[in-house]
Amino acid sequence: MTTTPVLEAVDETLETQSRPPLNVIYEWLTTVDHKKIGLMYIVYALIFLVIAGFEAILMRIQLAIPNNHFVSPQVFNQLFTMHGTTMVFFMGMPILFGMGNYLVPLMIGARDMAFPRLNAFSFWISAFAGLLLYFSYIGGSGLYAAGSAPDVGWFAYAPLTSKVFSPGHSTDYWTLAVFLSGVGSIGTALNIVTTILCMRCKGMKMSRMPLLPWLYLVMSGIVFVAVSPLTAAQIMLTLDRYLGAHFFDTQAGGSAILWMHFFWIFGHPEVYVLVLPAFAFANEIIPVFSRKAMFGYPAMVAASVSIGFISLSVWAHHMFTAGLGPAGNTFFVFATMVISVPTGIKIFNWLATIWGGKIIFAVPMMFMIGFLFQFLIAGLTGIMLAAAPFNWQLSASYFVVAHFHYVLVGAIVFSLFGAFYFWYPKVTGRMMSETLGKWHFWLFLIGFHLTFDFMHVPGILGMPRRIYTYEAGRGWDTLNLIVGIGAIFQAAGTIVLVYNMIYSYFKGKEAGHDPWDAWTLEWSVPSPPPSYNFAIEPTVSSRRPLWDLKHPEDPDSDYE
Amino acid sequence: MMTTVTTASRIPIDGPIETPWKLPYRGTVGMACLIIAESAIFIIFVVAYIYYIGKSLSGPTPAQVLELPIFGTICLLSSSIFVHFAVSNLRKDNLRGCTLNLAATVLLGTIFLATTAREWYHLIHDEGLTIKTNLFGTTYYSLVGLHATHVVVGLIMLSLTLGLSLTGHVKEEHSEKLEVLSLYWHFVDAVWVVVFLVVYVLGR
Repeated sequence: MTTTPVLEAVDETLETQSRPPLNVIYEWLTTVDHKKIGLMYIVYALIFLVIAGFEAILMRIQLAIPNNHFVSPQVFNQLFTMHGTTMVFFMGMPILFGMGNYLVPLMIGARDMAFPRLNAFSFWISAFAGLLLYFSYIGGSGLYAAGSAPDVGWFAYAPLTSKVFSPGHSTDYWTLAVFLSGVGSIGTALNIVTTILCMRCKGMKMSRMPLLPWLYLVMSGIVFVAVSPLTAAQIMLTLDRYLGAHFFDTQAGGSAILWMHFFWIFGHPEVYVLVLPAFAFANEIIPVFSRKAMFGYPAMVAASVSIGFISLSVWAHHMFTAGLGPAGNTFFVFATMVISVPTGIKIFNWLATIWGGKIIFAVPMMFMIGFLFQFLIAGLTGIMLAAAPFNWQLSASYFVVAHFHYVLVGAIVFSLFGAFYFWYPKVTGRMMSETLGKWHFWLFLIGFHLTFDFMHVPGILGMPRRIYTYEAGRGWDTLNLIVGIGAIFQAAGTIVLVYNMIYSYFKGKEAGHDPWDAWTLEWSVPSPPPSYNFAIEPTVSSRRPLWDLKHPEDPDSDYE
Repeated sequence: MMTTVTTASRIPIDGPIETPWKLPYRGTVGMACLIIAESAIFIIFVVAYIYYIGKSLSGPTPAQVLELPIFGTICLLSSSIFVHFAVSNLRKDNLRGCTLNLAATVLLGTIFLATTAREWYHLIHDEGLTIKTNLFGTTYYSLVGLHATHVVVGLIMLSLTLGLSLTGHVKEEHSEKLEVLSLYWHFVDAVWVVVFLVVYVLGR
């Protein structure tokens, strides 16, 4: 094989010219560049992270001591509704779509997404949906009745959402916001799939594509078949509330269980929509900081695809206590147990990648180690809850809350933070501070374990979720106080992260185009990448194109 | 904006190339994705329809009021053939044939929509069945209405294309794009087959 010639393209960034600020704002508002849209997604999601985190803190203050009257029951209902809805639809999905928007075209050697204007549309409609949800705080019962946010829970079980139990417009704001966010998600997913299938650079066969685009492909596939049912269910709910239809109206023969089915057909695959990108970050970061190629690439792809399929047949494990009958319960217990097989394959492959590697404990890798451990524990409590008899005992208790926060925070947010530290140099051209990063890691790790390890216990002791206060002397008080203190540690860690991001943008040390000595295509372009990404579209001949370039004596392409 | 440092980008430009390097057309892939997502929406409405068959607490029942919309169905299904001919004519650079077939598609689609409108008028005014009346009304109007909405969207896009075609803006090189539109129209037709079977055959 001949050695690969290298193109030395000089990057003339337009950003160097100083422009009036209005032009810059106009440019961001009208941009169709995938990197700018990705960044806008991330910034908007971070704003909602702070808002929803603040709501969580308020709830933990309320629950920290027994018989507390810090907030009223109505306000508490609004807080957990808004916290859940915001975290899933306006923090989790947008931030992961933002990362995907930024990284997928760069990693597959494309200049932009397949449909740049659809991309901008998807972003703005999602952003509008978020504003609409929070507008309900002032507009839910008319402009003059402030403080009437949705209070039906993020699951919005029927018949709680009917006009009788939920008068005013707060539920309509919730429905419309979730509907519009669904439209945006489907648009982005469509864009990601099309980009991956149609825009890969020369030589990047599907079997050579980095694992991050692969997982985004699977994740987008789940979005089509999981978010669409939610969209359909929102249409039905709106018809019920506005035109007097009877889909979920039990007085006219409608079924409340049907809403549960429709909601969880979305709700459970949604977990995989959120966790697959987290896996994707782990797949890119762990090999680089272990200085080894990813172990078992084909197995990782196969496991991800099978997770995608199995995830569609597990939704009713959220409904064991609704009375589906033994046959239904058995099927969903089995399906839920089966999904742990591909997930186990993934964990073992990550461990095999680390095994015998020259491990570098930089901040991104520390977050990945945290991710691995916490994801394992989350999976174990997941298997516990998948057993129907155990689930009957602990359904709607704080054990469940602790379990899914272990997945959402312990796995997804940790992986996401690792990804922030890993790709920040690419996005801004500057490194993030390692010292502040370690502060962030330890504060967040301690806070996380204080909160969610201890949260399992009141659940086992019988504390139900969604209660706004409780009597003293049931053995829940100290535990809830510890949980509350942990939440404050997590908030402190997040503040350190935000400070670090702002500080490093101005004062961080120059990163250069490849600070981590990595091997995927995004590290071949300058940091930050120019608006066209690649001066000349690249050609790849292996899974690690930059490795081949840096090690012409031992390229990967010889082994494929 | 901060000043960016000029860096050399090091991109391999000449690896061994698998020739020919051909990827699918993004319009087709995008439309396929949209169709998957839309199918999921329709499945939910169909499931709700099937689940609520015979569960209405009051009349009228489907057997009392529904008639088989044979004429409309024939019109809609045959329009799919015409849009297919429009694409193949355009591919062969037969612009006139393309325009005529597009016109036939739009005409047949509009006739279908008119039969649906007539049916709804009959149901609302003569039978007193609205979305509020009972579960049958709820599921019937939402499922058939969702399909009709898709017909309207398709007709708008087809009419725009027909307008462009009449003014001579549609050329052979657009055949791939017209094919994407025809995929959507075929999808709308396929959904009607399901709706027809569920609502008018199974539901009665």
